[in-house]
Amino acid sequence: MSPALPIISHYTLANALGSGVAASLSALRSGESGLRRNDYAHASLETWIGRVDAVEATAMPQVLADFDCRNNRLAAHCLQQDGFEGFVAAARERYGAKRIGIFLGTSTSGIEETEAAYRERDAAGKLPTNFHYMQTQNIFSLADFVRRYLGLEGPAQVISTACSSSAKVFATASRYMAAGLCDAALVGGVDSLCLTTLYGFNSLELVSSEKCRPWDAERNGINIGEGAGFALLERAEAGDDRPALLGYGESSDAYHISTPHPEGEGALQAMQQALGRAGLESAAVDYINLHGTATPSNDRSEDRAVTRLFGAETPACSSTKGLTGHTLGAGGITEAIFSLLCLEHGLLPGSANTQTLDPELGANIVLEGREAPLRYAMSNSFGFGGSNCSLIFGRAES
Amino acid sequence: MKAVIKGIGLVAPGLESWQQAQPVLAGGQAYEAAPLEKLKPAMLPPNERRRTTQLIKLALQAAEEAQSTSGIDAATLACVFASSDGDTFIVDRLCDALTLPDRPVSPTQFHNSVHNAAAGYWAIASGSQRFSTSISAGAASFAAGLLDALSWVAAEQQPLLLVCYDVALPAALDAFGINHEPFAVALVIAPEGEGGIATLELQGVDSATRSPVGNEALAALRSANPAAESLPLLQAVAAGSSAAMNVAYLDEATIRVEVKPC
Repeated sequence: MSPALPIISHYTLANALGSGVAASLSALRSGESGLRRNDYAHASLETWIGRVDAVEATAMPQVLADFDCRNNRLAAHCLQQDGFEGFVAAARERYGAKRIGIFLGTSTSGIEETEAAYRERDAAGKLPTNFHYMQTQNIFSLADFVRRYLGLEGPAQVISTACSSSAKVFATASRYMAAGLCDAALVGGVDSLCLTTLYGFNSLELVSSEKCRPWDAERNGINIGEGAGFALLERAEAGDDRPALLGYGESSDAYHISTPHPEGEGALQAMQQALGRAGLESAAVDYINLHGTATPSNDRSEDRAVTRLFGAETPACSSTKGLTGHTLGAGGITEAIFSLLCLEHGLLPGSANTQTLDPELGANIVLEGREAPLRYAMSNSFGFGGSNCSLIFGRAES
Repeated sequence: MKAVIKGIGLVAPGLESWQQAQPVLAGGQAYEAAPLEKLKPAMLPPNERRRTTQLIKLALQAAEEAQSTSGIDAATLACVFASSDGDTFIVDRLCDALTLPDRPVSPTQFHNSVHNAAAGYWAIASGSQRFSTSISAGAASFAAGLLDALSWVAAEQQPLLLVCYDVALPAALDAFGINHEPFAVALVIAPEGEGGIATLELQGVDSATRSPVGNEALAALRSANPAAESLPLLQAVAAGSSAAMNVAYLDEATIRVEVKPC
């Protein structure tokens, strides 16, 4: 294991399962899905979605009113869970505001605000003057809001590589810390419901009218979810046994913008790199949280990659997209935190909504969740543009 | 952190390529703004080129000039793509389509709307399956791209292509944003050792006065696109001089970068 990789001292999340760690942990144990029939305003699509109820009621600080949009509200709401803001404040005291970096992922930022502004164009086609494009729609908006909200002044950027965005934040933060550009890092990701992704994925015929069924013989597409998650990364201390990032791998398919490589080539490389960096043999991995979107092509491609690397007897695998929906740019952090929860509580979560496994796929899918001691968990995230990221978590001294 | 610049690419109004722009940036020739010529990145086959957008073509044209001057095989390059806004013309089209009955969103436009579309097309055209990321830091995107690129090269000791680019905003969004001219700059940077154009050293993050560009027209260009924050660095490299400069970062922060000819 590379000694430079950070430990994860605190984390929090919010998604369709509820807000805060307890709600997600409970669903990982029970397998109860947070998906609901689509009731998102302005969208009449027949599908299921993952929605965070508290977003509309979340108040934004007055001084940051220009940043008000669904994505930044979801960020603020999530930061308010599990005492996380207090942990960030303590880290700010310890390291100094300028020494904490901020690396956040999103795919669509605050585009819901732009969609609304276009509906409100005047006769000349002008957008309303109270539209705050830079604070809401601009891709950096999320990190810009969060750094102001938390009073952090370190290096900051948004990583936007579609559905791998908030997995890659762990790797970026590790490099910034290794380079001495910061001493600690806030990583995370937020993506929120909008018409763009609902109708966009629908135009590609990738949205399911049912609850999504990863690895199922009858799987027929994704459910879009919204979600947010944040984690605080710090350097490991001597004798540290806290949860840690042990390895990461990042690769490109170089194949197609919206179709994964049929043999899972890029996914395979990302997982191999992660294992190499962690100094682990493939047999050491106890659990893989799959990207598992439930589109026919994603699951086939990922299955090829997993079985090529791990052989016929793969580690226990599951996709948790049936619990939360596909939270896109927030999927990486959501499933990284799920993996950390599984490690901490000794859980192998089931693949919610999966009924009949596709006989053409070979990964060892957990259908009913169970308890099992875990040492090493891998989390996969793959995105449009052929962007792949695989993470491995365990204990710092493991 | 220290690295070597092995190749440079440039596409901007009146600065059609790094090769053409060098005498202008070195101060020997006057800068004259002119509309961009038609973008034709050679690495995309014509049918692919038709399906891509101005933003993707702008990024790829700068990228391929930097890669070809570096002499490094494109398939072996990692990459960092940094853009403040991403594809605002697609945002404009999608948000317009979403106001219409039945929301006729184009599937091609939707998949090209991801912030990493340019990086994705670069990977397809170059065949590189290496590390690739796509980032934004708003107005600070050039400095953020440099930090991201330098920290990757320091960690991996491999060459990397950095592309920083944005198009001018579409009419509806123009009054609300910071991109008013197209600009793309690309740098192939590598670990120190085997020659190159200039060394590049990050000396720290500070709050200093931004380095001047010393020319009113170029100063206007710099204020019209975050990628044009690269101009003082490009001027120093073009002039073959050793110089340290302050590049705008977040809020009042700057990063201090020194270049020296190899």
